[in-house]
Amino acid sequence: MKLYLRYFIIHLKSIMQYKTSFLLTALGQFLVSFNVFLGVYFMLHRFYRIKGFTFSEVLLCFSILLMGYTLAECFARGFDTFSSTISNGDFDRIMVRPRNVMLQVLGSKIEFTRVGRMLQAIVMFIYGIYKSQVDWNFNKIITVIFMIIGGAVLFTGIFIIYAAFCFFTIEGLEFMNIFIDGAREFGKYPVNIYGKRVLQIATFIVPYTLVQYYPLLYLLEKDAKDWYMFLPLLAVLFIIPCYLFWKVGIKHYKSTGS
Amino acid sequence: MIQVEHINKTFQVARRNAGFMEAFKTLFNKQYEYIKALDDLSFVINDGEMVGYIGPNGAGKSSTIKILSGILTPDSGTCLINGRTPWKNRVAHVQDIGVVFGQRTQLWWDVPVIDSFELLRDIYKIPPQGYKDKLEELITLLNLEKIIKTPTRQLSLGQRMRCEIAASLLHDPKILFLDEPTIGLDAVSKIAVRNFILDMNNRHKTTVILTTHDMQDIEALTKRIILIGKGKILLDGSLQDMKKRFAGHKRLLLDYDGRDLELSNGMVLAANEGHSDYGKDTSGFGLKHSIIDIDTDKIQISEAIGKLSAQVDIKDISITEASIDEVVVKLYKEYEI
Repeated sequence: MKLYLRYFIIHLKSIMQYKTSFLLTALGQFLVSFNVFLGVYFMLHRFYRIKGFTFSEVLLCFSILLMGYTLAECFARGFDTFSSTISNGDFDRIMVRPRNVMLQVLGSKIEFTRVGRMLQAIVMFIYGIYKSQVDWNFNKIITVIFMIIGGAVLFTGIFIIYAAFCFFTIEGLEFMNIFIDGAREFGKYPVNIYGKRVLQIATFIVPYTLVQYYPLLYLLEKDAKDWYMFLPLLAVLFIIPCYLFWKVGIKHYKSTGS
Repeated sequence: MIQVEHINKTFQVARRNAGFMEAFKTLFNKQYEYIKALDDLSFVINDGEMVGYIGPNGAGKSSTIKILSGILTPDSGTCLINGRTPWKNRVAHVQDIGVVFGQRTQLWWDVPVIDSFELLRDIYKIPPQGYKDKLEELITLLNLEKIIKTPTRQLSLGQRMRCEIAASLLHDPKILFLDEPTIGLDAVSKIAVRNFILDMNNRHKTTVILTTHDMQDIEALTKRIILIGKGKILLDGSLQDMKKRFAGHKRLLLDYDGRDLELSNGMVLAANEGHSDYGKDTSGFGLKHSIIDIDTDKIQISEAIGKLSAQVDIKDISITEASIDEVVVKLYKEYEI
């Protein structure tokens, strides 16, 4: 943990070398997400409701998922850009250092520019809270925190799978973007609007719904059981198969060196 | 102490012919070819030894280094470094080794070098006092005083290489792997780096394994060389032995005026030039320049010069030994690698 803090500081120092670049990228991140916000806004301005969800509720849903995603992208960026780490040989460097490999990959990249998107997510979230008529109580606040953490861990897991694939092949990883960017775009709306099939896939294969749809129902008190609020914690378990896959990947790397 | 016994390593390489159709075919039916990168490799390196590990590109040098540093697992064979197997005991093993990849940097690009050093201190868990002493020593020896507060991206290649080497020695490793440490450096930096490595070896008895294509590095640093080709060790011995094998050759550079040379047994014409019209003298022959290889087992140098000067009017003459580069080329040829 102390070492991670060290990595954190050195990345902060690097960022400060290029202040303008940092500010512009962060601003860009903000604007990109703002676009999405406008998309949702105009859509619901016209149709008013989507499968029983109002504009502010969709906004709440999206902003929470976006926060989780942004946290994951900020701190687990090292896995997201792992293919270049392998191809330029930096991974060998990581292997000759006496520390946990995963920790070093995490520390290899921290993307502070995502602060822009985080800000956007927070703005949307506040707006969503303001507009929607949710009765806030302690349990619901906890649920939101669970959702954010669960989302961050879930996306980190997907990044790890993505990185582990790099051990086997360097090409053709674009399909993974279905899960990464796709999920973020999907996540704008509560998953059930896409139909039952998607709902099932997103529950049992890659458990998006556990951090998004079901706890959202709980937040909005739409036909929800109380235990829905703990589902995001279940999604955290998704990291275990990801970790195992990563281990297999490293073993493969050690035997092929490619 | 490094003990390597019967290490084998095979890589699977996807093969296809050129062309779009071929590329399309490989989508469904990949053809693999097995390449033996290391073939029954065995050697022992003692503590404090400096070894030059040479061989042409693709001979298996970096595969060996990767196995020794715990990055790769061999197919079979054993390797014990200070009692540990590198690929089984990675974390404990790498605490004892330092690796310099000449072509890649391990320093953080945008921050001053000292920040990178401090991060390394935490990565290797170097105690504060040990770090302070080591840093002072390295700063003095490598003359880093002025550059240590500069961001890495603003350093020249020579400055950066000095910092690289310092970075891999901070944790006081017992074994240092140097992968082409002088590549692209100017003469001054090269000599500084070489002197430093020699000094390190003297002071701390650091074992150094050096892979390089620069034979001057080898000449300046190592007493022992291991020559590898196509995954096999072809030669393991002292530099002197290797040179001696080819010491029977001297090279004569000759400027002369006269007819074409008649060479006797043991003399071979290596190059011939200057049969031009200018510089013509009264006798009608041009000023010529020839390079002649002499096999000293067959003919004495003095005798050869005597024979040559009897034939032509020698303007200038110099004798050189076969350079180590040429020795290596000859070795590669001899083993057909």
